[in-house]
Amino acid sequence: MAGRAHPSQRDMRLFDNYRPLQGVPDELCDASGRMRPGWAGLINHLSRLAPDEITHDFARGDQYLTDAGVFFRSYGDTTLSGRDWPFSPVPIILPDVEWSSIATGLIQRAELLEQVVADLYGPNTLVSRGHLPAALIAQNPEWLRPMVGVKPHSGHFLHFVAFEIGRGPDGRWWVLSDRTDAPSGAGFALENRVAAARVFPELFRKTNVHRLAGFFRAFREGLDHLRRDPAARIGILTPGPLTDTFYEQAYIARYLGLNLLAGEDMTVQDGRLQIRTVQGLVPVEVLWRRMDSGWTDPLELSSQSQIGTPGLVSAIRQGQVTMVNALGAGVLETQALMAFLPKISKFLTGERLALPNVATWWCGQDAELAHVRANAKRMMIGPALSNRMPFETSAAHAVAGQMRGADGQSLDGWLTANAAQLVGQELVTLSTTPVFDNGELVPRPMTIRVFLARTPSGWQVMPGGFGRIGAGQDATAIAMRSGGSVADVWVVSDKPVDPVSMLSSSDTPFQRAQSGPLPSRAADNFFWLGRYVERSEGILRLVRAYHSRLDEAATEPLLALIRDLLATKGINAAQALPDGLQATLTSAVNSASQIRDRFSVDGWAALKDVEKSMNRIALSARPGNDAALVMSVLLRKIAGFSGLVHENMYRAAGWQFLTIGRSLERAAMMAELLAAATSPDAPEGALDLAIEIGDSIMIHRQRYAVTTTRSSVVDMLALDPQNPRSIRFHLMSIRHRVEDLAIGRPHAQLSDFERQVLELDTRVAVHSVETLDSRALSALRGDILGLSTALHNAHLH
Amino acid sequence: MIYDVALNIRYDYTGAAAGGRHLLRITPLDVPRQQRLIAALIDIDPQPSERRNWVDFFGNPTVEFAFRDAHDHVGVTLKARIERLEGETQQGLFSNLGDMPNLIRQCRDLGPLSPLHFTAPSARVPTLPEIADYAAQVRQGLPDRVSCEQVVAAIGHALHRDIRFDAKATTVDTPVAEAFEKRHGVCQDISHIMIAVLRSLGIPAGYVSGFLRTIPPPGKPRLEGADAMHAWICAWCGPDAGWTDFDPTNNCFVGLDHIEVARGRDYTDVSPVKGMLRVAGRQTSRQAVDVIPVTS
Repeated sequence: MAGRAHPSQRDMRLFDNYRPLQGVPDELCDASGRMRPGWAGLINHLSRLAPDEITHDFARGDQYLTDAGVFFRSYGDTTLSGRDWPFSPVPIILPDVEWSSIATGLIQRAELLEQVVADLYGPNTLVSRGHLPAALIAQNPEWLRPMVGVKPHSGHFLHFVAFEIGRGPDGRWWVLSDRTDAPSGAGFALENRVAAARVFPELFRKTNVHRLAGFFRAFREGLDHLRRDPAARIGILTPGPLTDTFYEQAYIARYLGLNLLAGEDMTVQDGRLQIRTVQGLVPVEVLWRRMDSGWTDPLELSSQSQIGTPGLVSAIRQGQVTMVNALGAGVLETQALMAFLPKISKFLTGERLALPNVATWWCGQDAELAHVRANAKRMMIGPALSNRMPFETSAAHAVAGQMRGADGQSLDGWLTANAAQLVGQELVTLSTTPVFDNGELVPRPMTIRVFLARTPSGWQVMPGGFGRIGAGQDATAIAMRSGGSVADVWVVSDKPVDPVSMLSSSDTPFQRAQSGPLPSRAADNFFWLGRYVERSEGILRLVRAYHSRLDEAATEPLLALIRDLLATKGINAAQALPDGLQATLTSAVNSASQIRDRFSVDGWAALKDVEKSMNRIALSARPGNDAALVMSVLLRKIAGFSGLVHENMYRAAGWQFLTIGRSLERAAMMAELLAAATSPDAPEGALDLAIEIGDSIMIHRQRYAVTTTRSSVVDMLALDPQNPRSIRFHLMSIRHRVEDLAIGRPHAQLSDFERQVLELDTRVAVHSVETLDSRALSALRGDILGLSTALHNAHLH
Repeated sequence: MIYDVALNIRYDYTGAAAGGRHLLRITPLDVPRQQRLIAALIDIDPQPSERRNWVDFFGNPTVEFAFRDAHDHVGVTLKARIERLEGETQQGLFSNLGDMPNLIRQCRDLGPLSPLHFTAPSARVPTLPEIADYAAQVRQGLPDRVSCEQVVAAIGHALHRDIRFDAKATTVDTPVAEAFEKRHGVCQDISHIMIAVLRSLGIPAGYVSGFLRTIPPPGKPRLEGADAMHAWICAWCGPDAGWTDFDPTNNCFVGLDHIEVARGRDYTDVSPVKGMLRVAGRQTSRQAVDVIPVTS
C-alpha cells in the first residue's frame, strides 16, 4: 500500500517493468522506450493498487458481464465457435489525434466500398473496364443475382459497417478485413465499455475518454430517417437464439429501443413488410440486419433457409424496406477484392487509400501467381472468394509456406491446380498492447474492430471499438486464431469530452413513449414461460408431498394418487429429482431465452439460478425427506423469480401473456388435483393433500377449525375468489388480462378466446360446492386447457 | 411452326394451407430468331390476394402470387401460343475446347447470358469427382483438337448409352450424385449430369426448362418427356457460336419440337412453381401438358 501513502507521487512501476517485444510496435511504449500519450493515468492507477485490490476491481468487470448474461464468442467462424474470450480489463488506449486519422481513412474506405457495391449491382463498370476480373463476381456466392438492378430505397447500400484494423511493423494502421454484410460486435464493444468503467470507475471519470453513446444515438437517429411512414417500426433482424451473437443482438436491441425480429415474426402483404403482433399486422420499414443476406428470403435467396421471410426480396424490390445493409453487400467482404481496391480507389475517386489494406494478390493472373509462388514464405494463401482471412477458414490454406489441410498436396501443385480460386496475402504482423498477467503487464498482439454508421450528416466512426487480444507472444495476425481475450478501446483526449448519453437532450418536450407492439412469437414465448414456470412449481409441490410422505406411514393408495397425478405430467415420482421436472424448467429457460430483449436482466438471472440449483442438486438428492427438503429450497427460488416478475415487470402485453399462461396452468393443475381428491373413491388424506399443495393449510385452519371436508376444500381451492391458489381466482385473473389486452382496440368484436374466458369464469362463479363435483372439475380442467388453443388462434399465429 | 401450349398444375393439400407465397416460371420465352411468344395467359385458382409479374436475373418472366386465406388446393393453368422459328445454323462458328479457358477469361460481361454465370458449381450441380472422372473418359475418346459442338454431341451420346431414362426412379429432389451413381433418372437428372460433365471439361453449361411437342410429326418417334414439363441443357460454345441447346434425354440438338420456358444455372433457378407452404398434412400434385401444332 506504499502508493496510497503518497497520493501526490506518481507510481510508474508497471511501466518500468514492461518489456515490449523486439522489433514489434507497441501501444503503450513507443520505439524509443517512452510511454505513449494517454496511458500515464492508467499505469499510475494500476501501479498503486495492491494485488488484492486489483483482483477485487477486476472482478467487478467480470461480475457485470456475468450478470448481463454475456458470453464472448468469436464471431462467425465455425472452427472457432464456442471458445470463450475472457475480458481483459486493461483497455487499449489511443490518443484522439491518432484516432481521427484512422477515422478519416475508414470513412474514405466506407465511401469507396459504397461506390463499388453500387457498381456491382448496377452498371458493372468496374468489370467491363477491366478493373475487376468478372469471374470474381460471377462465381461469388455473396453476389446475389436477385438483387442485381435493385436500387436501395434509401439511396445507399451501406449504412453500418465494421473494419478490422491492426498496426503494422512500420507503425501504420492496416485494414485486415471489411465487414459489410451483417457485422457483429458493436454490442460487445458497448458491454466491454460498461465493464471497463466498472473496473476503473474513478479513473474512467477522470480520464477524458470519448463516450460511445453519441455514436449509437446518431446511428439510431439515422435509422429513424430511413422510414417514410413514421408509424412504421425499425427492427433488428436476428437469425435467432441459436446464433453465437444472439445475446449481443438482444442487448443492443434493448439499448437502442429496437424490435428484435426473427424472420418468422414478419410477413409480406401487398409488397409491405409487416410484423405479426398480438394486435395484428404492424408495418416495419427498416431492418438492421444481423442475418447473412442469403438466409433472409427462402423464396428468392437460399431455399434451404428456415429463418427467412418469404417475399422480403420482393418488398425490397418495391422500395418498401430499407436493409441495413442492402442484401448482397457481403460481396465486398471477398478477400480477393483487396487486391484490386487500391487501383479501384484511384479509378473511382482519383484518391489513394489513406489506410492501406493487407497487400493481396489474386492468383488467377499469371504475374500475381508467380509473385505469390516466389514469396509464399512471407504470405498466407487461401480461398479467393472467402470473407475470412486464409487462416480463419476451414478450407485448405498455406501460412508461411506451410500447407494446411490439402491432403498432402505440395504447395506448388496446389497453387497450380487451384490458382483462380486462391489469393495470397502478406503475413501481417500486429502491434502489441499490455495485458495484466500475474502482477505484471505483458505485451500481446491485438486488432481492433471499428464501427461506422451512416447518419444524415455522413459517416460517423464509433470512438472506440471491440479489441481482440491474442493469447501468445506471436505477433503475426494468425496469433488470433488460438484465442485470447477482448478489451475495451479508449480514445482519449487531453481536453474534457462531452458526456453524451442515449437520452435525448432536454430542449425537446418530454413525451412518454408508447411500448411497441408485441410480436406474436414473443407473446407465445411469454405465455409458455408463464406456463412452464407454473408447471415446474406445481410439480415441485407434488414431488415434495410425495417424498415427505415416503418416510412416514402414509397409505399406499395416497402415494399412488400422487404418482398418478405426476405421471400425467410425465414425471416419475420415484426419482428424487425427476428428469421431467428438469425438462420442464429447461423449457421455461428456452422460452425466456427467445425473449431476452424484452426481459429484465434480474428476471433472467433468477431463472438461470433456479436451473443451476436444480442441476447441482440433481447429483446428490436422495428419495424421501432429503428430496422433500430440496423441493422446498427450489420452491423458494422459483418464488424469487415469480416475485421479481410480479414486482418489476412493466405491465405491457408481454406481462399479460405471461400472467395468462401462469394462471391457466395453475387453474388447470388445481382442477386436476381437486378432481382426484374429491372423487368418491379418493383415499384417506387426499383432501389434506389438496390443502397442502394449495398452500392453504393456515387459512383453512383459521376458517374451518380442524376438520377437512369435501365442501371446505372445494370452496377454498376452487370457488374462493380471494385465494390466489383457487381456480376462480385465476379465471378472474385471465379475464382481467384479456380486458387489458383489448384496450386500444375500439369496436372490436369479442374473439372466440375472449368469449370462452368470459363463459368459463361465469360458469365457475355460479357453481356451488354441491354442483362442483369431481366429474365437473375434470370437465373444467379440459375447458381451461382448451383456452390455450383459443388464445393461440386469437393472438399468437 | 405455330404451337398451342396448355399446362395444368394442381396441388391438393390434405390439411388447409394457411396462406402462402409462390413464384411461377412457366411462360414461354421470347427468343429472337428462335421463338416468338404470340400470347400467354395464366390462371390461378383460388384467386390470389396478390399477383405481380417481373423478369428475373436470367431474363425469365416470373409471376409472384400470394394467398392470404386458408386454402386446400392451388391450381395453375397456362394457355400460350408461340411460333417456333427455324433459327440459324452455326456451322463452323464453334470454338475449340482448348481455347475455352482463354475465351472465358477474356469475358468482361456480367449480363444474364454471360457464360461466366455457368462455369462454377451451382446449388443442384455441385463439383463431383466421379462425374469429373466420367467427363475425362469422354474427353479421352475425342481428338486433341475438338470443337465444343463435337464435345456436346459426344457427351450426349455417352449419357444416352450410360444413363437410363426412368420416369419413376427419381423425384424432383433427388441429388445429382445419386442419379449418377444409379445411372438412371428423368430429364431433370440427366440434364444436371450433363451440365456437370460440361462444366468439368470447361464448357459453361446451364439448364433449360420447356415443353415438347406432344405428338411427333408423321414418321418420327414420340419424344420422352412430352407428358410434363421437360428440361434440357444449354452449352456456351465460344463468342461466335454463343449458346447451343441440347436435349440429353432424347440425345439430340434442340429443334422445332422444343419450346423454351426458362433458363438458369440449374433447376433451382427455373423451377416452374416455387413457394413456401405452411401445410400441416401431406400434399399431392399433378401436372398435364399439351403441345399441339396449329394448322391454318
